Amino acid sequence: MTTNNGNEKRQGFYLNMGPQHPSTHGVLRVLLEMDGEYVLEAEPVLGYGHRIQEKMGESRPWKGFMPNTSRLDYVGALICTHGYIGLIERMTGIEAPLRAEYIRVITSELNRISSHLLWLGAFLLDLGAFTPIMYTFDDREQILDILEDVTGSRLTYCYFRVGGVNRDIDATFIAKTRAFIERLRSRFRIYHDLVTTNIIFIKRVQDIVHLTPDMAMRYGITGPLLRSTGVGYDIRKSEPYSVYADFDFEVPVGTSGDCLEVYLVRLEEMEQSLRIIEQALDRLPDGPHLAKTPKKLPLPQGDASFSVEAARGEFTYYLVSDGSEVPYRLKIRSPCFSNLSILPELCRDMLLSDLVMVLGTLDLVIPEIDR
Amino acid sequence: METVGTLPPQLLRMILSAVVVIAFVFMNGLLLGYLERKLAGRFQLRPGPMEVGPQGMLQMVADAVKLIGKQFIIPRQSSTTLFRLAPFLAFVPVGVSFIVIPLSSKLQVLDLDMGLIFIIAVMAFNMVATLVAGWVSNNKYALFGAVRSVAQGVAYEIPMLLSLVTVVLLTHSFSMRAMVLSQSHIWHVFMQPVAFVIYFIAGLAETHRAPFDLPEAESELTAGFHTEFSGICFSFFFLAEYTNMFFVCSIAVTLFLGGWSGPPLPWMEYSGAIWFMLKVYVLLFIMIWIRWTFPRVRFDQLLNFCWKYLTPIALLNLLITALVVKL
Repeated sequence: MTTNNGNEKRQGFYLNMGPQHPSTHGVLRVLLEMDGEYVLEAEPVLGYGHRIQEKMGESRPWKGFMPNTSRLDYVGALICTHGYIGLIERMTGIEAPLRAEYIRVITSELNRISSHLLWLGAFLLDLGAFTPIMYTFDDREQILDILEDVTGSRLTYCYFRVGGVNRDIDATFIAKTRAFIERLRSRFRIYHDLVTTNIIFIKRVQDIVHLTPDMAMRYGITGPLLRSTGVGYDIRKSEPYSVYADFDFEVPVGTSGDCLEVYLVRLEEMEQSLRIIEQALDRLPDGPHLAKTPKKLPLPQGDASFSVEAARGEFTYYLVSDGSEVPYRLKIRSPCFSNLSILPELCRDMLLSDLVMVLGTLDLVIPEIDR
Repeated sequence: METVGTLPPQLLRMILSAVVVIAFVFMNGLLLGYLERKLAGRFQLRPGPMEVGPQGMLQMVADAVKLIGKQFIIPRQSSTTLFRLAPFLAFVPVGVSFIVIPLSSKLQVLDLDMGLIFIIAVMAFNMVATLVAGWVSNNKYALFGAVRSVAQGVAYEIPMLLSLVTVVLLTHSFSMRAMVLSQSHIWHVFMQPVAFVIYFIAGLAETHRAPFDLPEAESELTAGFHTEFSGICFSFFFLAEYTNMFFVCSIAVTLFLGGWSGPPLPWMEYSGAIWFMLKVYVLLFIMIWIRWTFPRVRFDQLLNFCWKYLTPIALLNLLITALVVKL
């Protein structure tokens, strides 16, 4: 096959990257048309991990689909579940007690930090630095331990309930979380010392690609990728759900939209999440953690949607109900699908090493794309 | 006695040396492999291998047994002969170049007049092995690795040689033994710090160590040129890499760090060899340290760094040295 590049036609050869490749982070396959080490065209091929999640949501009572929501974006599972619970609450009009909302915010933000930490390690691993992932995993492990105490699981949590959360948090949880915040702040200094100022790292990620706000919006890109271009779009600010409006935090934005900015935005986002958690812990109200809900709860006829700011961008559930307990139609909009779709345009005429780096920047969780 | 008497002493010496060298290469591979994994563990907040033997010391032996026991898979449509030959092409030169390394004043297989040139020439052969391995694998990733390896090897050979030549100007000899003897007053590293640094950087690239490990960049090329090799053949590449590291460091020690010289130790006879090994392993430790600290450079950055910085600086350094020596 030949491609048009300017006026000259170049002859390329195909290279299959994946589905089993160390840096596609799951069962993603990228079909590359190469000219030597240069990538002429990159085409992501999906479907290796498809589990008909949406159809599953349409073929059982809404309660039965709750555990599935944490299997979509399993790295930030709580936030993912938050969207679905929020949608059901919006449709049925059930309100969670204030304490439950605070607990949701605290655990969601912890989950967001753990997701970003995983990304940080994996991204640097893609750049060939093996050691950082061990440090970030060490930090992430602390979060998983904290969340395990309260949710009972370490990765695919089913903790949020319609009308609250499954289990109340106690003084041990609060003490552990506060200790973790201290610890992570000191670890950020290590990361900045060893990574942010590393000349090889900067040369590898700076000015390789420039994502413009226009490009990002054409592809529906959200999350840190969009914010790195200078657009301060964050669902937690623009249409606050839960109790996010009560907290004082900033939405970090970049300017040029290159991979270094994405990295900095994500690091700053972790810092802001820590601030939210601190405020929430300080102001944690007393009261019940779970509202009383009827055992059988049919969804009223009509449709509704609910968006949350997941670790990778806007996560939206859209549900159409015919009045029964089983949703008539459930549509899930996941951020990574849109974020991945820009890859062909971003990666035209770039080196293979840079493609791996850009793929790492996108922070893909494949089961969330292949639902 | 009679058999020994009938053998010419030179031949006996060769046979003994060959046995010792091969044994040493394997032991060094095991030790370095263990050291690397243990140190990597230390750098990464984990204990490293702990299960096999005390402190996991027999882990590498267990791994070697596993690798030997594994099936050797030859990819379809690849040249069987060359595919089998490639690991040996990688492994044999590193064994051969051992003969000129002076471990101590008495412990050297053969002191060639052209020792340094010999060792550089034989070590460059490693590149051929990599190219053959990548080419016959019939795998695009392996080919990428091989092409990268050759481009990198050719580029970094130049600053490496230029920096070594500066030392030759000081010693007026290519013999490895003479190099050490000429440093009895002051080590060359103090007279030629620039050359030493350039040599060490080029050595990292030459041995495909991070941050220059592009031929086997696992996040890009899965495993690079040895993607298709399994079992014992993979372990030959592995051994070749570790032995190559040892050579790069022992050349550095011989040429820049005074070789076997050092304050006498209680074990008088062996103190030279002990000092030599100590210095080599300090350099190897630095190599391992660098590998587990830095991210990988990109391919064009790697070549730019060589052609735009290392080579001109090495040339300039050589020019200045030549002028100073002449005056």
